[in-house]
Amino acid sequence: MSLLRLRNLSVEFATTGGRFRAVDQVDLDVDKGDVLAIVGESGSGKSVSMLALMGLLPWTAKVTADEMVFDGHDLSKMSARARRKIVGKDLAMIFQEPMSSLNPCFTVGFQIREALKIHLGMDRKAAQARALELFELVGIPDPEQRLKAFPHQMSGGMNQRVMIAMAISCNPKLLIADEPTTALDVTIQAQILDLLVRLRDETGMGLVLITHDMGVVAETAQRVSVHYAGQKVEEQPVRPLFRSPHHPYTSALLAALPERATDRRLPTIPGVVPGQFDRPQGCLFSPRCPYADDHCRKVPPAPRGPDLGLARCHYPLNTDERLAS
Amino acid sequence: MLRYVLSRFATFLPTFIGVTLISFAFIRVLPGDPIIVMAGERGMTQERYDELVVQFGFDRPILAQYWDYLTGVLQGDLGTSYVTKKPVWDEFFALFPATLELSICAMIFAVALGLPAGVIAAMNRGKLFDRTLMSTALVGYSMPIFWWALLLIIVFSGNLGWTPVSGRIDLLYYFDDVTGFMLIDSLLSGQDGAFTSAVRHLILPTIVLGTIPLAVIARQTRSAMLEVLGEDYIRTARAKGLPPGRINGMHALRNALIPVITVIGLSVGTLLAGAILTETIFSWPGIGKWMVDSIFRRDYPVVQGGLLLIAVMVMVVNLTVDLLYGLINPKIRKR
Repeated sequence: MSLLRLRNLSVEFATTGGRFRAVDQVDLDVDKGDVLAIVGESGSGKSVSMLALMGLLPWTAKVTADEMVFDGHDLSKMSARARRKIVGKDLAMIFQEPMSSLNPCFTVGFQIREALKIHLGMDRKAAQARALELFELVGIPDPEQRLKAFPHQMSGGMNQRVMIAMAISCNPKLLIADEPTTALDVTIQAQILDLLVRLRDETGMGLVLITHDMGVVAETAQRVSVHYAGQKVEEQPVRPLFRSPHHPYTSALLAALPERATDRRLPTIPGVVPGQFDRPQGCLFSPRCPYADDHCRKVPPAPRGPDLGLARCHYPLNTDERLAS
Repeated sequence: MLRYVLSRFATFLPTFIGVTLISFAFIRVLPGDPIIVMAGERGMTQERYDELVVQFGFDRPILAQYWDYLTGVLQGDLGTSYVTKKPVWDEFFALFPATLELSICAMIFAVALGLPAGVIAAMNRGKLFDRTLMSTALVGYSMPIFWWALLLIIVFSGNLGWTPVSGRIDLLYYFDDVTGFMLIDSLLSGQDGAFTSAVRHLILPTIVLGTIPLAVIARQTRSAMLEVLGEDYIRTARAKGLPPGRINGMHALRNALIPVITVIGLSVGTLLAGAILTETIFSWPGIGKWMVDSIFRRDYPVVQGGLLLIAVMVMVVNLTVDLLYGLINPKIRKR
């Protein structure tokens, strides 16, 4: 039994122009100690699917799922009160903008102790000791003084460490990191990623890393789930994915890596992710796909088998037959 | 923090000088002559009139008069009433506790109802409670104070007979001023039923005076809360699994308080202006009524001094508000 099991997860937003499907029939599994990277362009629904899992979407969102099982509990069938006992304790999340994700009116110490008091029932003294321990664990120098600081008195990197300390304070079984390094500069990015991986090694928690940075994926992830326009289009372990992507979108993403560029101009994927009003009838990637034919434009493809990375494609790349021919 | 306080205080002085200038000019722009008003229907001889003009210093250039007034004010001398011949300062402090008592009660009423109402409305955005509350607030805000007062008097004093129509306390009770606050004095007097009577007299004026601030505070709290609830740190608080009461009442409200406190501070001005009407309607012996009477009598020193003191109070309240920002949001303290 995996730690997290999502089946047929969909999220629709009620907008003035009608319903908009941000997440479309996504299946995901994460095990203990697993590092799963979810990649995709902006608007591919990668954050929304995880926010839906956490129950953090606004009321305009309608979340449906056949299964949304975390650690043996089906979150979709729980009351908000019962769910709060899990969210923030066993299931934690950190966000893209560390500077605005912390409350400016309270010290970081207060914000970290708060979670400890509520979930673990610690008194002030125990919570303070644990907070100190956590700050040391995430590599914040001079932790005793820093606990008294307000978020605006610290750098973005330090604030992200505070966010991580807060997220892991109750020893979560799964940590979701939503583009944790996007707002930080490059040297700090590497440190934060190292920290996340080290914490995973030490605590054995599962880690979901949402990113659009393929470099980050290559360095940290074990498995990669590629999302496009709300759908999961491919999932493979990291090495095979980089070596032989099956979905044309994955292949195009990899070809767009600056490291792989051979030309003077950086390669790009022409076009943009379809929005609410230009959603294609068949395969969602067909308008931008160099291999698409009439069949692709008319009939939406179902996911292929595990040997083909569950690719949602009528004509997957790098298949054995293709390699043979 | 000290630099913040000093920088706030530096803006205080020019405003103060400006207010003295305006209050000095305001009463002189009004048509009418205090000496003639003083003489009343009997009239007076030209000689006596000229004598009084010299006595009051009206023969001197207007700038010299202003200079006299300003130097007097800076030395703590607000002048003497033309009518009662008592120092303005003494008259003001004899009447001010009545106004202060009424204003404080009105403010407590407005904040105690407006703040929770705004928070609950924001939490139930778009639902029936929110809509009802916001339209009621709009009505309350737009209603003329005097009409609202008369309406309440007709219903609660006239038809139902629950509350007295005017004054601060029943004529049955008599005791000396100790603090000037009727609620406290009536308790100190130890007379049976005095306190209850004082409370009953306060109810309607409090509601009337507090209605507009109540509406403003409720609406401001709601919109500030809605803005804050969309912030990233609220998402973080929810991701921590905190209960909604704690998220709204603590994480959100503390951030939403800044604009709300601004409005509360500004309401003090509205409150003192509203007090003039409210006090007149309920025959409340405070500075509002005193100011109105003095304007009709063209009692220059009283009007000047009264306006100045009211303005200073509003300024002090807003200064306090500025200092409170720093306490609520540490980010502002640093700037």
